[in-house]
Amino acid sequence: MSLRSDLAPSLWGRLRPLVVGLPFAWLLFFFALPFGILLRISITDMGEQLDPFASLLRTVNGQLGVFVQVQSFISLLISPDGGWFETLYVDAYALSLKYAFLTTVLCLLIGYPFAYFLARTRPAYRALLLLMVMLPFWTSFLLRVYAWKGILADEGVVNRLLMALGLTQEPVQLLYNDFSMLIGMTYVYLPFMVLPLYANLVKADIRLVEAAHDLGASAWKTFWLITVPLSRSGIVAGSVLVFIPCLGEFVIPSLLGGADNIMIGRVVWDEMFSSNNWPRASALSISMIVLVIAPLAWFNQRVARKAAAERMP
Amino acid sequence: MTRWLHRHMSSAWLAGVFAFLYAPLAFLVVFSFNSTRQDAQFTGFSLRWYSALVGDNRIVDGFLLSFKVALCSATLATLLATMAAYALVRSGAFRGRAWMSAMLNAPLVMPEVIIGMSLLLLFVGFERLAGWPDRGALTIMLGHTLLGMAYAAVVIESRLQELDRTLEEAAMDLGCRRESVFFLVMLPNMTQALAAAWLLTFTLSFDDVVISEFLSGPGVTTLPQVIFGYARRGINPSIYAAAALLMLVVTVCVVVFGVYTARLSRARAAELARSVRDAG
Repeated sequence: MSLRSDLAPSLWGRLRPLVVGLPFAWLLFFFALPFGILLRISITDMGEQLDPFASLLRTVNGQLGVFVQVQSFISLLISPDGGWFETLYVDAYALSLKYAFLTTVLCLLIGYPFAYFLARTRPAYRALLLLMVMLPFWTSFLLRVYAWKGILADEGVVNRLLMALGLTQEPVQLLYNDFSMLIGMTYVYLPFMVLPLYANLVKADIRLVEAAHDLGASAWKTFWLITVPLSRSGIVAGSVLVFIPCLGEFVIPSLLGGADNIMIGRVVWDEMFSSNNWPRASALSISMIVLVIAPLAWFNQRVARKAAAERMP
Repeated sequence: MTRWLHRHMSSAWLAGVFAFLYAPLAFLVVFSFNSTRQDAQFTGFSLRWYSALVGDNRIVDGFLLSFKVALCSATLATLLATMAAYALVRSGAFRGRAWMSAMLNAPLVMPEVIIGMSLLLLFVGFERLAGWPDRGALTIMLGHTLLGMAYAAVVIESRLQELDRTLEEAAMDLGCRRESVFFLVMLPNMTQALAAAWLLTFTLSFDDVVISEFLSGPGVTTLPQVIFGYARRGINPSIYAAAALLMLVVTVCVVVFGVYTARLSRARAAELARSVRDAG
């Protein structure tokens, strides 16, 4: 390879630094640097007067020093009256984890059979059905979520149907509670579960399933012993793709959630723009990355790598 | 018996999930024809929201801004992602390769709130130092580009990995320069992936509300921000009309694109078969 490019000395020699360097510099500037700023602001306290954060280097009593403050992190855990874990941040965190977990489970329960059946339809239909999964993406996400508000309202379609069937006399409260939150989040993130699962299941080696059949395993047993374990990396990838955006979800709780459904994304927003407490908002983000996102991303990558290694003969 | 059960359960499950996925879209279309502002009860057929749409400056302006931002950010993101993907897949080892791959993929697993906030901090810091840029269309566009680049890179990278390396080596053996190999051999085989990446990033940008909310300035509101504002205060059904029209446009585009690519790949397969036959 190198020999060949030596033989044909070309523009590439001069272009290569640009092709590699430009996206690299872009990512450094728009991803790494902002992350560094986030980290740096999380370890200061609020500045004086209207300054939203203090500087790290400060002169106190004529001496220059580096001032690192961890009180933003501490204030996430301890309430002002000294109670451990009794802050609204811990509550919002717990609630976000709960919704993200339940949404992931629901997406898996609905999405796995869906992706499985999709991968086993006739190839001629497959492309069309897959397109139909993605088509709703081209309608405003906000409006699709907002539509649920009308569907689940007291006078909405679901309640009318329930009353027409005589299942209930009064309209059931379906909005602004756990139910509407989970419907909205499952609705929005289901395709994120289906697509990686489908990509995985459609590649599955059908001969293994046939072998299990030939050896006398029932369809049910084959599914659990062959199909599901082989799709492990798809399950993990889909779950991570659903879990993480759910955790930081901002729009769905503000449209479909009630007054109690305050999730971490909303808290970050409020700290930033209402309380103007930038260090605390940064500390919230950093702790979310360190505690949840980084471990999940690492786990996902490990499973994917293992699956890739197993596929090699 | 089990086969019968399997087939019917399969269709039932697929139909059920598709009904779930399309219920809100049906709702939007039906209620865009509603005669009153009611958002849960259909009171009668009318076209008033379609005519009101034309006169609604906020929606029209928001649409134009979103369109411009999406156009720029999709193009920039696809360009940068192509370079990044080429660097990762075909440029051999270079220092910082693992870092680049990590940074490229990280926005995929980062909640948008965090991306929006960290970029806001960057722009604010910059504004303090240099007095520029003001928050507005430019900062929104840059934010969308960062997110879009991650998605575009996934699409382009996987296509690059599929490309037949022997073709490139053959071209080089025949004296083709490396940059010509890219434009003459690789690019023609990547057009579909590039189009898909561009479309995906365009959609992401056009639909994004969280990053825009963080990075927009006074007087600058994208269409999703207009919708978000309406949605919190009670909707203006003109938005439904806009969504229904957009749905129509997208469906037509997708059908045309689908027919076109199907015909293209059929033509290519035929050509390949012919050349194989001729060679044999």
